[in-house]
Amino acid sequence: MKREEITHLANLARISLTDQELDLYGTDLPKIVAYVSTVSDIAADEADAAPMVGARYNVLRPDNVTNQPDQYTDAILREMPHTQGRSMAVKKILKAK
Amino acid sequence: MKTITELIAGFTDGSYTPTQAVTDYLEIIKTKDPEVHAFLATYETEALQAASDATAMYAAGNVVDQPLLGVPLAIKNNILIKDQLATGASKILENYTAIYDATIIARLRTAGAIFIGSTNMDEFAMGGSTENSAFGPTHNPHDLARVPGGSSGGSAAAVAANMVPAAIGTDTGGSVRQPASYCGLVGYKPTYGAVSRYGLMAMGSSLDQAGPLTHTVADAKLLHDVMSGVDAMDGTTITPDTYPTVETKPTYTFGVPRSFMKDGVDPDVLEIFDAHVESLKAAGHKVVDIELPLFEQGLAAYYIVMPAEVSSNLARYDGIRYGHSADGKDLLDVYEKSRAEGFGQEVKRRILLGTHVLSSGYYDAYYGKAEIVRRKMRQELAETFKTVDMILMPTAPTPAFLIGEQTDPLSMYRQDIFTVPVNLTGVPAISFPMGNVKREGSTLPVGVQYIAPHAGDERLFDAGVKIYDTSLSPR
Repeated sequence: MKREEITHLANLARISLTDQELDLYGTDLPKIVAYVSTVSDIAADEADAAPMVGARYNVLRPDNVTNQPDQYTDAILREMPHTQGRSMAVKKILKAK
Repeated sequence: MKTITELIAGFTDGSYTPTQAVTDYLEIIKTKDPEVHAFLATYETEALQAASDATAMYAAGNVVDQPLLGVPLAIKNNILIKDQLATGASKILENYTAIYDATIIARLRTAGAIFIGSTNMDEFAMGGSTENSAFGPTHNPHDLARVPGGSSGGSAAAVAANMVPAAIGTDTGGSVRQPASYCGLVGYKPTYGAVSRYGLMAMGSSLDQAGPLTHTVADAKLLHDVMSGVDAMDGTTITPDTYPTVETKPTYTFGVPRSFMKDGVDPDVLEIFDAHVESLKAAGHKVVDIELPLFEQGLAAYYIVMPAEVSSNLARYDGIRYGHSADGKDLLDVYEKSRAEGFGQEVKRRILLGTHVLSSGYYDAYYGKAEIVRRKMRQELAETFKTVDMILMPTAPTPAFLIGEQTDPLSMYRQDIFTVPVNLTGVPAISFPMGNVKREGSTLPVGVQYIAPHAGDERLFDAGVKIYDTSLSPR
């Protein structure tokens, strides 16, 4: 696993890494990946890769409103790093031409 | 030390009150916690108020359907308690206040339990030593130079130091059972789906379950019975007819996977395990050797499935809606800096690993194969449970290690070898003390793990009460 690959993973994961961290993960991630690769030997004879789901899945709930209007609004707003009135404020994502 | 059962008996006959109990435990916390560091916060005002209310109810003889009335509990800090800080022991949630109660918290509250404080843990439950907390490590009360295990290390240390009669943890790959083993306690991991995950910080959603850390199996059952049951807020919670009934029996047949235990287990741990096996035979149980070849490979599959789920679940911590937010030149910069500053080393390692195993071109080779292994492990278990009632092995290969001793991630991961297959397959398991070993002048407890089929929770409690609780000398 090359340094560029670690940088690529960090970009995908939205984490900026220091040079020191790139060195650290560049050393131990390949070892961990080599270890976990042993699963391919065990599952080599199985072509069917359908993911296993739990005992219960696709459980639906009645489509009922269970909370009162504004019941959580203030508490949620309080946790937001940046707000404007009752809205969350974020950085501009569209650039002006 | 007092059990929940003893506290309730005292409250009921009037020889002790919830107010006295909470006052006494807060006093012990003040004395012991500066060196143990099990707690991230204590809720003194709220706990004393709740204790005063509970005391009045006992005095008025007004206790109906509240099996935990007045019982103080410590709660791992990845479980949401409304209006209290829920940090997950991470810098990224250092100032985050929970806006609702987790389902298990609401149920414990209704049952009369009192929350005395939140406990330390490995950041977002990633680790087996509580050294990965952003707020410093917890120390093992049996030897302060050693780790209490993890990730529910604060919960385990709090109970082991008698700072609280019982605590709640979460178990994704052994995070309740392994600290129970290191701290000399009972630790319980329920059948996947037996307990609601609503209001738990998600780590590995197909693996996570909350469970108690207690002094006795009877106490663990008491807490589990309150917390478990179908919850509309968690669609994976099971109903009584999800799995076939697993009955209790006067005596049981245990299977021991001998070849699984031949490498890496400390010789004195194995000796104590063998003595435990002999004691089971002497008590009329049957013990047979079994083979679980896929179980032995579980650790590799776990370190694919878990990081994959971690990388997805932790995507929500982005510095936008809540938690730590770094300043940046644009939105992407805010994400990358907030996560860089907010997450610790092990969390980043697992996110990167999970991102790798899920990335284009690698998904089939890793995640797809790991899920196949997982399915085959379930089949192997189902076959095994046709001939044995429970599977028996040490909870961990060693006793508690020294703080700072484990520096290589892979060797740290190997501590989980006996516990992770249980989460991968979703079956229930219990750990309780089987004896002590000596390390550098310290006497350290080690635990034994019993594993039952899906929905075999009652069987584990039945066996645990018969085998462990009755072995405790009357206090």
